[in-house]
Amino acid sequence: MSSRSHIRVENLSVWYGSHRALSDITLSIPDRKITAIIGPSGCGKTTLLKSFNRLIDLQDGIRVEGRILVDDEDIYAPGTDVTLLRKKMGLLFQRPQVLPMSIFENVAYGLRIHGQNEKKRLSETVEHYLKMAGVWNEVKDRLHAPAARLSIGQQQRLCLARGLAVEPEVILGDEPTSALDPVSAERIEQRFLELKKDYTIVLVTHILRQARRLADYVAFVYFGELVEHGPAAEVFANPKDPRMQAYISGTFIETDGEAT
Amino acid sequence: MALIALFVLSLAFLMAYGLFVRSRPVLAGRGFLDLLVSTAWHPSQGQFGLGGFILGTLWVTAIAMLIAVPLSLPTALFLSEYASRRFKEFARPVVDVLAGISPVVYGVWGVLVIVPLVRDWVMPFLSSHLPFFPFASENFTGFSALAGGIVLAVMVLPIMISVMEEVLRAIPFEIREASLAVGATKWQTTRKVVLRKAWPGVIAAIILGFSRATGETMAVLMVAGCALQVTPRSVFDPAYPLPALIANTYGEMMSVPLYDAAVLLAALVLLLLTVLFNAAGWGILVRVERGQG
Amino acid sequence: MRVQKRLVEEWFFRVVMLGATGLVMGTLGLILATVFVKGFRALSLEMLFRTPQGGYYIGGGGGIANAIAGSLVLGVGATALALLVSLPLVFYLNVYLRRKSRLAFLVRFALDVLWGIPSIVYGAFGFTLMVAFGLRASLLAGTVTVALLIVPIMARSMDEVFKMVPPELAEASYAVGSTRWETSVKVVLRQAFPGLLAAVLIAFGRGIGDAASVLFTASFTDSLPYSLFKPVATLPLAIFFQLGTPFPEVQERGYASALVLTLIVLAVSILARWLTRRVTRHSR
Repeated sequence: MSSRSHIRVENLSVWYGSHRALSDITLSIPDRKITAIIGPSGCGKTTLLKSFNRLIDLQDGIRVEGRILVDDEDIYAPGTDVTLLRKKMGLLFQRPQVLPMSIFENVAYGLRIHGQNEKKRLSETVEHYLKMAGVWNEVKDRLHAPAARLSIGQQQRLCLARGLAVEPEVILGDEPTSALDPVSAERIEQRFLELKKDYTIVLVTHILRQARRLADYVAFVYFGELVEHGPAAEVFANPKDPRMQAYISGTFIETDGEAT
Repeated sequence: MALIALFVLSLAFLMAYGLFVRSRPVLAGRGFLDLLVSTAWHPSQGQFGLGGFILGTLWVTAIAMLIAVPLSLPTALFLSEYASRRFKEFARPVVDVLAGISPVVYGVWGVLVIVPLVRDWVMPFLSSHLPFFPFASENFTGFSALAGGIVLAVMVLPIMISVMEEVLRAIPFEIREASLAVGATKWQTTRKVVLRKAWPGVIAAIILGFSRATGETMAVLMVAGCALQVTPRSVFDPAYPLPALIANTYGEMMSVPLYDAAVLLAALVLLLLTVLFNAAGWGILVRVERGQG
Repeated sequence: MRVQKRLVEEWFFRVVMLGATGLVMGTLGLILATVFVKGFRALSLEMLFRTPQGGYYIGGGGGIANAIAGSLVLGVGATALALLVSLPLVFYLNVYLRRKSRLAFLVRFALDVLWGIPSIVYGAFGFTLMVAFGLRASLLAGTVTVALLIVPIMARSMDEVFKMVPPELAEASYAVGSTRWETSVKVVLRQAFPGLLAAVLIAFGRGIGDAASVLFTASFTDSLPYSLFKPVATLPLAIFFQLGTPFPEVQERGYASALVLTLIVLAVSILARWLTRRVTRHSR
């Protein structure tokens, strides 16, 4: 039996040097649902997302307080194996980041770095996940061509396959469709809706309609604070916080950090 | 101002032409290739074979690259992928200063530190344990191809490190994040993703370093021994690289007929060599840059 | 508990990288230490301010004032000449030509190639020019040769500086209706000035440190520079000659001369670095 919340954030605060990017965030990410993190740009959505797989560790001068529990273990506890954590979390970037290798090798990358090098297993796994990402038919005849030659929509699906190949539990998406054309964007969204049966999905998005379409659960982050969160239907229908209301209704205007 | 641009564009050609004209006398009656290959250098008898000096250049440069490449790449990788911002701020001036030190001062350092090092430590040790090519030698002075190569290596490090670092810096950060996001370690990311993308630039850096090494004059002159009629067969033998020849013959040039033409021919060869390598190196870098954009 | 191979790998290569970096940095320290320690002992006011008296190179009295003065005069002259060529050129490349222009690309490529040509070749070419114009080895010939040598260095550095100036600056100036000339001089130059100065300094540092280019063209002399058409002494060559003698006292003076040259170059480097920081002071 799976726990109801997959990721639990407790009093998380993140500083970049002296700038406080996230303030005291407490949040539960439900298991096998799509959670959308929304809010104005530059407000910490990506920081929050990347704190789940500790990619924020890469920034100079970063300081983290609070806990994030994944499967009931604090991922910021000293001695945590960060690479295993990241294996649990797949991440899609806003602009598809294909590795400088062939299509096949892109997907096989995660497997190889964790020690899986057996040719047959790799072939099978690569095919399986390319299919799961919905791009197999378009690439099956040129698996060893450079991945950079794919269209941007295909690249993003390739990145999805790459992320899935290491068998994560969670899929993180940092505005994964905003660089894509509408058709490709829709295909990725379709993938997410299917994948949520087996994976917990957390998406950062600035496209409200996308959040409405996909999200089961919504978190509104405003200048580093978690202003409102809850089941999508409730939050969109009856937003409690005035800033949230303004944002949803599109009357939100940023002026020096204060909403009008 | 367009005139200036034109001038710059044509300068290398002007230089080649000028040197060619003045070296024609020695080319008359002797093939260009013959002069390059022959090691017979007896100016008073009219023999101007540059082969020995070209060999000397190759020995010294090869040693220099063998030392400098394995040092510069890890350093560039460290500075680009692992070092903190503070360390980088400390390291960059260090590389700049290394680049700015006068070659003659490098020569002084070479004479004071490297030559004794080779003479008193390296040669005795290696000669007794490995008494064969390329280590066995009769030259116990320490003024050797090895000393020249070591000094040259240090001189060439700054340009290689800075070109490599620039290439690494140009690689977008997200691609490293993408690799780490599937659970790779930093080194795996560096090796399998970053280096893979960067290697043409790394090659270019090596080519540029090589070019710089072939042209360096004073420092090598002071420590490599410059013995005529000795073709190096060991790293401990003295070497007489081409630039050193050009520099050393100042003063004697006008006394023997055709001597000046031969020396200018040597300069021409050096010019052609370095232009070729530089064009190749920069050419690669331009293509790398285009690929990123 | 299986020790993961890749963690060992990570640790190993970190050590290799740190070691390489340490070795490189340490070498600079070693060089500077050697020069300072050996040179300091023989350094004296007499050395700095007197010209070589009779038999200087075989142990006689005097100093290297001829070389210091010669280097400074030649260096400043060459830098000024190079500036006359480089500054307009770089302006032309960055302000008048569009970034993507083919001519700009070719010129930059030519500069890069010229940058890599060894100084001895510049010296040899300078020599051919001298012969062609009927000049003898002189301050003039040396200055021109060194100027040619440092133009690529100066132009490249200046080019980098211009690239650092945010294009919005020029755009904002156009927006209020200024002509290209006004824009380039007033706005961009002001912003870029410290960096341009740094480029000039760096080129100066390379210019005075080079021996191979002045070997043929400026020759050497014991007197202070007094004529454009007479040979002039330079520090690098002074060091070289002093080290070439079998007399230890003279060699010691050679080390001291090396120290003087290094101090000049260090001062120039540090100043240039500080100035470069100031270019980015006002941008985002």
